[in-house]
This record gives sequence, C-alpha cells and structure tokens, in this order.
Amino acid sequence: MTAEPAHAHAHPHADHGPQGILKYLWSTDHKVIAMQYLFTGMFMALVGGLMAYVFRMQEAFPGRPVPGFGVVSPGQYNALITNHGSIMIFWVAMPVLIAAFGNFLIPLMIGADDMVFPRINRLSYQVFLLSVIVILASQFVPGGGFGGAWTAYPPLSANGNYNLTPIGASMWVIAVALEFVAFLLGGINFITTLMNARAPGMKAYDIPMACWMIVIASILFMLSVGPLIAGAGMLLFDQLVGTGFFNPAKGGDPILWQHLFWFFGHPEVYVVLLPAVGFVIDIVAVFARKKLFGYKTMLYSVVGIGILSFFVWAHHQFIAGIDPRMADIFTITTLLISIPVAELVLVIIATLYGGSIQFTTPMLWALAFIFEFMIGGVTGIYLGASGADSYLHDTYFVLAHFHYTFFPIAIIANFAAFTFWFPKMFGKMMDERLGKIHFWGTVIPFNCIFIPLFILGLNGDQRRVYSHMNFPELQWMQPARIFATMSLVVLLLFQLVFLYNVVKSLRSGPKAGKNPWRSNTLEWTTESPPPHGNWPPDQMPTVYRGPYEYAHPGRDEDYWPQNLPA
Amino acid sequence: MSETHHPNYPKIYLTLVILLAISVAGPLVGIRWVTLIAAFGIAVVKADLVVQNFMHLKTERRIAKYVLGAALALMALFWFGIAPDVMEHHGDNWVNDAAIAATARGIAPPGEHEARPAAPGGADSTGAAATPSSGPGK
Amino acid sequence: MSSRPIATTRSASGIPTGRLAIWWVLASEIVIFGGLIASYIMHRLGHPEWANATAVTKTWIGATNTFVLLSSSFTAVLAHQAAEQGNGPRAARFLRMTILGALTFLTIKSFEWGHELSEGYTVTTNGFWSFYYTACGLHALHVIAGAVIMAFIARDAAKNRELQRVELIGIYWHFVDVVWIFLFPLLYIAK
Repeated sequence: MTAEPAHAHAHPHADHGPQGILKYLWSTDHKVIAMQYLFTGMFMALVGGLMAYVFRMQEAFPGRPVPGFGVVSPGQYNALITNHGSIMIFWVAMPVLIAAFGNFLIPLMIGADDMVFPRINRLSYQVFLLSVIVILASQFVPGGGFGGAWTAYPPLSANGNYNLTPIGASMWVIAVALEFVAFLLGGINFITTLMNARAPGMKAYDIPMACWMIVIASILFMLSVGPLIAGAGMLLFDQLVGTGFFNPAKGGDPILWQHLFWFFGHPEVYVVLLPAVGFVIDIVAVFARKKLFGYKTMLYSVVGIGILSFFVWAHHQFIAGIDPRMADIFTITTLLISIPVAELVLVIIATLYGGSIQFTTPMLWALAFIFEFMIGGVTGIYLGASGADSYLHDTYFVLAHFHYTFFPIAIIANFAAFTFWFPKMFGKMMDERLGKIHFWGTVIPFNCIFIPLFILGLNGDQRRVYSHMNFPELQWMQPARIFATMSLVVLLLFQLVFLYNVVKSLRSGPKAGKNPWRSNTLEWTTESPPPHGNWPPDQMPTVYRGPYEYAHPGRDEDYWPQNLPA
Repeated sequence: MSETHHPNYPKIYLTLVILLAISVAGPLVGIRWVTLIAAFGIAVVKADLVVQNFMHLKTERRIAKYVLGAALALMALFWFGIAPDVMEHHGDNWVNDAAIAATARGIAPPGEHEARPAAPGGADSTGAAATPSSGPGK
Repeated sequence: MSSRPIATTRSASGIPTGRLAIWWVLASEIVIFGGLIASYIMHRLGHPEWANATAVTKTWIGATNTFVLLSSSFTAVLAHQAAEQGNGPRAARFLRMTILGALTFLTIKSFEWGHELSEGYTVTTNGFWSFYYTACGLHALHVIAGAVIMAFIARDAAKNRELQRVELIGIYWHFVDVVWIFLFPLLYIAK
C-alpha cells in the first residue's frame, strides 16, 4: 500500500467547512447532513400526517368536503393512502431513524471526527432530496399521485389503464428507487465507519446499542433491497415500455413482483425497528440509571432477528395464491421470529427492574414504545398464522397491527430520540412540561385511533376502501370510524405543542451543557452542539469501558463515562 | 512464508482464456448435459479464479468472505423461496393457466391479454388462485 | 476540498476503509444482479418455448466480449500491481488499457444490439428478450460507470496520487467481469 497522501491534518483548525448558506448545500459534516435529513423527514411527516387526515375524514364523512382539501374522489383516496404509506416508511421512518440519527450519532458515539466517506454522505442526501422532490412532484401531475397502494402490485401498478395514474406511477417507482440508492450510499458509510473508525479502546462490546442497531439495520437493508431494485426496473419497463415481466400473457408473472417486493419488504420493517429499539435501550439505561441487562443477549437476539427476518416474507402473501406448502414454512418462521423480539422486550424490562427511574420526557416516550409495540407484536401473531390470516388479511386488523408497530417505530421512538438528543444537537434544553403535554396528547389519541380499528377489522372492514358506508352490513360501525378520525385530528393538533416547544427551546431554552442527562456515551463528552470535527484533533477520546456502566458499585457517581481512564 | 504475495497473473489469465474456449466448445459436443455443465461449471471456476486471485479474496481477511458469502446465501434463499411459485406452473391445489397457455402457444405475441381456456392436465383446477393476479397484500 | 477526516485513517477491522466499503458495495450488487438473474432463470426454466428466442443470440459475439472483459480484468490487476509498487504512471497506463477494453466491450455490444434490433427483436418482443436487454443493459450501465470512475482514478494515479484507489476500482471491475462470466453462458450458451 502506498503512503497516505500528504494533506492529512497539517492544520487542524484551518478547515471549518463551508460557511453561510453554502454550508447547507455543500457541507460534508455529518452533523449538518443529519440535520438535513432530520428536517426533511419531519416535513414529510407533516405531509404524510395531513394525507392521513384527509382520507380519514373521507372515511368518517364520506362524500363530504374535507376542510382544507375539498371533496375526495375515489381516485384521490387511492392516491392519498398510497402516498401516505410510502411517505411514512421511505421518507419519514428511514430518513429520521437511520439517516438523521445515524449520521449525527455514530461518529460521536464511537469517538470519530466524521463519517469515513463525508462526500458520499453528502451525495446520499442529495440523491435523497431528489427523491423527495420526485415524490412530491408526482402529487401534482395529470392524474395525480400514484394510486396503486404502497405495495404496487402489478397488473394494477404496471398498467395505467388500471391504476388511472400512469405518470404518478412511474414517478413513484423512480422516487422509491432514488431513495434506495441514497440509503445504499448512506448504509455503506455507516457500516464501514462503525467497523473501522472506532476510538482506540472501543471493542465490539463497548459500542452503544444505538450504533449497533443502525448498522445492523443498514446491513439488512443493503442485502434485501437488491432484488427489489431489479424488480423496480422491471416494473418501470412494464409501465413505460410495454414489457411483460409481470404480465402472464407475455410470459411474466405478477407473483414474482410480490415476492421481490416482500423479500425486501419484510426485512425493511426490521430495518426501521432496530434503530428504534436501539434508541429506546440507550434512553432506558440512562434514565433507569442501571446497566443494560444482557448486552450480548440483546446483540445476539438482534442478529438472530436480522437473519430470521429474511425467512418470513411470504406471510404477506398467504392468500395471494402461493403454494400452500410454502405457507406452512412461512407460518413457522414467522411465529419463530417473535421469540427474539420478545427477548429484546424482556431485556429492556429487566433493565428497568430495580432501576432508579427518572420520568423525563424521553423516558416516557421510551416506555410508551415498549408498551405500544408489544400490542403490535402480539397482534402480529394472529396474522402470522396462515389460517387466521385467511380471514384477517386485507382487513383493518392488519392495518391496526402495523400501525401499532410502525407508529411506535417512526413516531414514538423518534420523539424519544429527538427529545433525548435535542440538548446535544442544539445546545438547549427542551421544556419538560410542554414535552409531557405533547407526549400524553400523542399517545392517548394514538390508541383511540387504532384500538377501534382492530374491532372494525375483525367485524369485516376491508382495507383500501373509499367508503365503508357503501356496504350495508358495515354501516353500523360508522361511529367507530368517526371516533377514530376525531382522535386523529386531536393527535395532529397536539403536534403543535411539539412545534411550539421546539421553537421556544431553540430561542430561549436553558443552555444544555455537555452532559445534562449524566450519560456515559462519548457524544456527551463534547460541546453542545459539537464543533466541526467533534473534538479537537489532539483530544479525540479513548475508551476504557462499555457504555452502560451505571450505578457501578464502588463509585460515588452513578455513571461512569466511557472515556474516563480507570 | 516466503512465497510471493501475488498469484501469477499471466498464468491465471491464460487459464481463464482456455476455460472460455472450452465452454464455447461445449455446445459443439451436442449433449445437453455436457453443454450445461461445461458452460456453468466453467463459469463458476472462472469466477472463482477471478475472485480469489484478481480480487485477492484468497488473502483477504475473513470478514470480507463472510459478507460476500452472506449475499450469495441470500440468493440461494431467494431462489428456493420463490421458484416454486414462479418457475412451476402448478402445485399443491393451484394451476397457473395463463403461463401454461403461453407455453403452449409458443412465443406469445405482444399486447394480447384475453383469457385463455385452461390447459388440460393438472387435475386440480378447483384449487385457489389459478392465475396469480390477486389483490394488494399487507 | 476538505481534508480527509481522522476517522478514515482508522482500521479496527484490519481492512483499509476503502476496500472494506468496496466489499459491501459488491455484496449489495450481488443481490441486485442476483435478484434479476434468479428471476430470469425461474422464467426461463418455466418457459421452455423461449428456446426459439435464445437461439438467436450469437455465441461467438458473446464469447468475444467475454474475452475482452477477461483481458480488461487482467490489465486491471496489472494496474494494481504497479500501484502497489508505487509506480503511478504505469498503473495509469494499465487502467487506461482497461478502459479501452470497456469501450471495446460496449462497441461490440452496440453492434450486436443494433443487429438484433434491426431484425425486430426488441425489449418487448417476448419475455426472453425483455430479460436479455434488461440484464445486459444493467451490466452495461455498470461497465460505463466503472469506466468513468476508472478514468478519474487513472488521472490521479498518473500523478502518483491516491494510488490505493487503483486496487478499489480494480475489485469493482473484476466484479463486473464476474457478472458477465455468468451472463454469458446464461444468455448465449445454455439455449
């Protein structure tokens, strides 16, 4: 190997990165890129949430004009539900959980000054931004946004005469493909950074769970998305050029798309779950002031989940006409995967047991995650059994199940992480009282939305239906639908409390100091917010112990930062 | 170890070219199995030579081999999970009429989409989802 | 142009960061091409009538292209050897030969496709042709991308800069070669 080029750190303070407006366009600093992803993701959450508002209002008061939108046509309804789902998964959950927090936290938590490939990092955001522009633009083209469901099954998605949104359909595919490319680029950064750029002394078992989870999620993503990228190309050709990859009359097979999609789609849900769990674990350890109960158990359970997650995908296709012998196998593997997931929850509970629990806002969010996610997990057991699934598939039971998993992942865990790391990111503390009001105002309405939906599903409400009032036998449940919709409105209104809290805290919140939560991990050893380069180059941290040494016997303090010499 | 760190690149290249020649000559023998084994078996050998020697995977740390191996293992999983549905045109209580009809027709002309009568054979046409064009999934 | 972060110089895994990243890139490319190729094989095995279509591809063109790519892999690894010895200009020369190989490959391909298109075999002709153009097209895109990046690396190498990148683009290039090693029998020999 040849020698490293000469321009390595001769002048440590000379390079502060670009300044002014250029900073936001050209900066390669991982913290700036993290903020870009964070605010883009939060903006998209608003978009997705408002879409939900519109289509829920349509469901509750069919045919009546929705305040702020107007009358919802059936085609618009399809476009709204399709884009709500797509946006929430691809443009909210992934960017905020993985790209924003991953970018911000990983270098800091491992004691590095940046990601190992800062320019590829910047490129990944630019590609991501392009995907955002494409998906948003697709809402305004003739025909409107894609209306074929986020799962985009052909022939509905391949044939414009069926989905009635031909331009939107292709733009959707392109936007999703671009988003995949952005996350492939980002994933490579996260994985190589964690594998290589750790602080001296940081062994594998000294890495905080948040980092492990994001990296394992990136690995899952990278390995599962390939066939779908191929499939997206094939779908695009079917849409635009007239090939028949998924058209049986031309020698293709629509079931192939389903398999390609779900081969990715199932690991994808663990891609978003793992970072969420990682944040919850770190927050629980800090606010229980107690060592994580079973670091290795947790790590190996997560690796087990990751591997198993590749073996369960066809449980999304139980009634699609797959071979029943396959359905047997996938039922078994699906039920099996609940074991390591339960293990994670048990380890967290064991960590809490005997701890000195502080009910700060981040802790409330973390506890809510466990509680709500368990409901989602348990209801998944019913769906994993192919027999029960024959009845429940495509009903609101499924929808309530995955909102009980996705909402904790994409919303609750994100609020937990945001309120926890806000002091580090912005140097100010958030208002605890407003935080708690926002918390209860989100979690209670959330349950009021989705518990009724379980019951609606069990009683026969099908998904993706423009108005259940068109079905005489389902009309009696309309009060429940209205109740759920009103709860959504309440939930959305309470987000104003959050926005107000953010703005108020940024402007006039109390200064945070380096380590307001008295946590062990390395990001809390530097300034809030951290400077470019995170630490002065001659003061990069060295690690002496794991990240969860709280309440260590024989120490006065109830925490023991990783970088303090023994 | 005193052996040179590099493989003998020209020798590997020559081997690759010879293997290429053999794989092209395979079909000339005329026996289908010989052709297939020559073609794909040799492809595997060539790929292995390139990967181990040109990419130096032979002397690379184990983790790289595990990473690549995992990707390949996933492809095997992908195959075994999906081929029974897509490659086969009938199975446990199901028949894919459209695909069977397309095969019977020979090369299907583009643009045709009308339903075809179910092909004979495959006693269970009573089974679920003859043509897999079902509604949206979860 | 920012200086390289300290993070890039660390190597807890034992593999230099750039090379580690390339292995991950390859893993993700394996599943992309693997998904496409596996899908093709499933269809091909289920549609024996595609044999009429596959008979059209000309083995000798495919074999020539295989030879071209193999040779370009050879020059790529010679470039790596030169870079290891610290000889940037020599490495650049071999890289440029590799690029020449890429261009030759693409030229032969365009003649081949031009001929097949003029005979009426388009991407929509039937399932085989859809996969044929898609798989070869995806591969060709990777050839183009690789050649472009290689050109930039060759430019730097000629000035004895960033020589470690010669190995990295080489590994990528060998992967492109390996994909073709499998596409060739699939689309040209196993009819």
